[in-house]
Amino acid sequence: MPQQIDTYARNISDEKQHSVIDGSSAGTDKRYKALHHDYGDPNPLRKLAGAIKDHTLHHLDEYLEKSEKALTDRGVHVHYASTDEDARQAILSILREHGVTQLTKSKSMAAEEIHLNPFLIENGIDCLESDLGEFIIQLDGDEPSHIVKPIIHKNRRGIAETFLREGIAADYNDDPETITRRARVHLRGKYMTAEAGITGANFVCSDTGRLVLVTNEGNSRFGMAPNKLHIALVGIEKIIPKERDLSVFLNLLGRSATGQQLTVYTEFINGPKSANQADGPEHMHVVFIDNGRTDVLASNCREILRCIRCSACQNVCPVYRQASGHAYRSTYGGPIGAVLSPILFGSRFPELADLPKASSLCGACNEVCPVDIPISDLLLRLRDKAKREEIPSEGAIPMSPFATLATSPSLWRTAMTMSKAMNHLPIQVAPIKPLQDWLGQRTLPESHGGDFRKWLKERRR
Amino acid sequence: MIVSDERPVGKRVMLMGTCLCDAFYDEAAKATVEVLEYLGVTVEFPENQTCCGQPAFNSGDWNASRKVARHTADVFAGDLPVIVPSGSCAAMNFHGNLLQFEEAPEEKINSLARRTWEVMDFIRHGLGVKTWPGTFAEPTRIAFHRSCHSRGSNSGEAILELLGSIGNAEIVPFGQGEQCCGFGGTFSVTFPHISGRMGTLKMDHILDAKPDILTSGDMSCLMHLTGLARAQGRPVRHCHAIEILRDTLPVKS
Repeated sequence: MPQQIDTYARNISDEKQHSVIDGSSAGTDKRYKALHHDYGDPNPLRKLAGAIKDHTLHHLDEYLEKSEKALTDRGVHVHYASTDEDARQAILSILREHGVTQLTKSKSMAAEEIHLNPFLIENGIDCLESDLGEFIIQLDGDEPSHIVKPIIHKNRRGIAETFLREGIAADYNDDPETITRRARVHLRGKYMTAEAGITGANFVCSDTGRLVLVTNEGNSRFGMAPNKLHIALVGIEKIIPKERDLSVFLNLLGRSATGQQLTVYTEFINGPKSANQADGPEHMHVVFIDNGRTDVLASNCREILRCIRCSACQNVCPVYRQASGHAYRSTYGGPIGAVLSPILFGSRFPELADLPKASSLCGACNEVCPVDIPISDLLLRLRDKAKREEIPSEGAIPMSPFATLATSPSLWRTAMTMSKAMNHLPIQVAPIKPLQDWLGQRTLPESHGGDFRKWLKERRR
Repeated sequence: MIVSDERPVGKRVMLMGTCLCDAFYDEAAKATVEVLEYLGVTVEFPENQTCCGQPAFNSGDWNASRKVARHTADVFAGDLPVIVPSGSCAAMNFHGNLLQFEEAPEEKINSLARRTWEVMDFIRHGLGVKTWPGTFAEPTRIAFHRSCHSRGSNSGEAILELLGSIGNAEIVPFGQGEQCCGFGGTFSVTFPHISGRMGTLKMDHILDAKPDILTSGDMSCLMHLTGLARAQGRPVRHCHAIEILRDTLPVKS
């Protein structure tokens, strides 16, 4: 039995797959050009970034306290949410306190993780995604399939149809610039009537309490400028020790994510608007969310918390390219998701334990990771965890007979010599499912079992 | 991937033949012996060797793979360099094993890790051979598939340098060289569709470059790629890189 992700990939439409392959291959090429053009060998920088993140994670309690103090000093209200439900309730009660009925939201993986959008809408709050990709996802009732390019699985024809269907456009036009202009006209109106803006954060500097947001569309600025309330939902692992560390992370993030030296907008948020500022939110809240992160920190896969959500590992991953992000059945797809999802959503581990198997362990993800996460090692540790917890795995080949054979040298030698018999057997029709799965597309080379040993013996005679 | 900086070098080595050469690719193992002996190296072959244990390790059955790893470490005990004609099995020795024994390290496992060399890396960086004294009779286009398990090690560069120095050899680049062939051991069984698609894409790129020979430091990748290609009616001449070293040497008179 092929594993779930393989079956998903088999059934994906050609159109969707081409979109994913084209988008992710382009991402990998742009990353390579930008990073290697400017740094030659980016490895020392990646290792430094990983070390800074590691240090922060080792002292997360201290940096969290520091951040809280620095934020509070700036007039920001700080909240802590242990679970997704805590975070949703915290945000809802802030919004209710301020009588908000309409808001805009910029792209945030943490918000995706806690399914904030549908929750707020259920609670009567009109919540509009202002990132173009997320806006289209919202119109289609779809799920993002990529961290940076949520609609990587779509093409412009489908989007033009959506705009026509939803009344964003009066006629069908699939020219990307026209699509963007139409979205812009629609969104600008919404910004002006919104009463609050929700964002994530890419970094929180614990020394200054400044929040850093990177975007390419400027939508989070628009989301904050006209209204009175800004809420930032921030994973606790987003903290960095000092503002100067941004020189490492910002240089890596844009290049790794989209091949840009810097994203178009890098916003430094100093807290609520000061007395001498003309506009900006008067009230600012930061909701730090744990939602499984401390469990990950306590696990043997804690390195995954270094992740700065650049998507380079998704772009380069050959399995992701074939299967798309949706195959991973959680907020995070690709290599990062294969590690993070099963342990972040701990109670879902048995259900998601197949994700770490969706890798040939090629290690391409390790090479591109801007924070030097040894992703394939983590995939292996999770495979071991699944086996130890005796979670059933579709199509898995039992390995104890192999171990017996491989620790019995004379049995091994006999088996090798015997394997030559396969050359005369119709193995193409042997009723062994794994063999058939393999031979379905391939031929097996002729067995030369034991020939080398025999040759060597004769040579040494 | 961590390769020890203090790997032993010497003119006496142990050969880890790999299960794949034991079963299918005897020529690669023979060429390893012949090339090493040509370079004045004495090759020991411990008879009780079997497999590095990678199939069980990659499947997540670390109880099974640790048993096999301990057996292998016993078979290759001592202080001689352990030479492997496979980047993948070599990486199992010097990387995978350390991972699966990280909670309770064992000295014999660490010792095997410290002494393991992929053969082309050994020739280039252990023995210091910079150019290969071989020549093809005819101009020959070589497509070199850089196997993933040589990522982060010196093997890929070693193979390129050595093959590139052979007379009449031309290394032909092909598209998306950094992408995996899709074999991945048991991955190719449990993810047959994705594995097949990855391999087919790889073969498309390779065949576009019109090589005379497809080579690699890992027969496992080649078994998968050429198995696909044959089934698709587009067979390609292929062999382990060490066979190219052997086969281009001047014929002894």
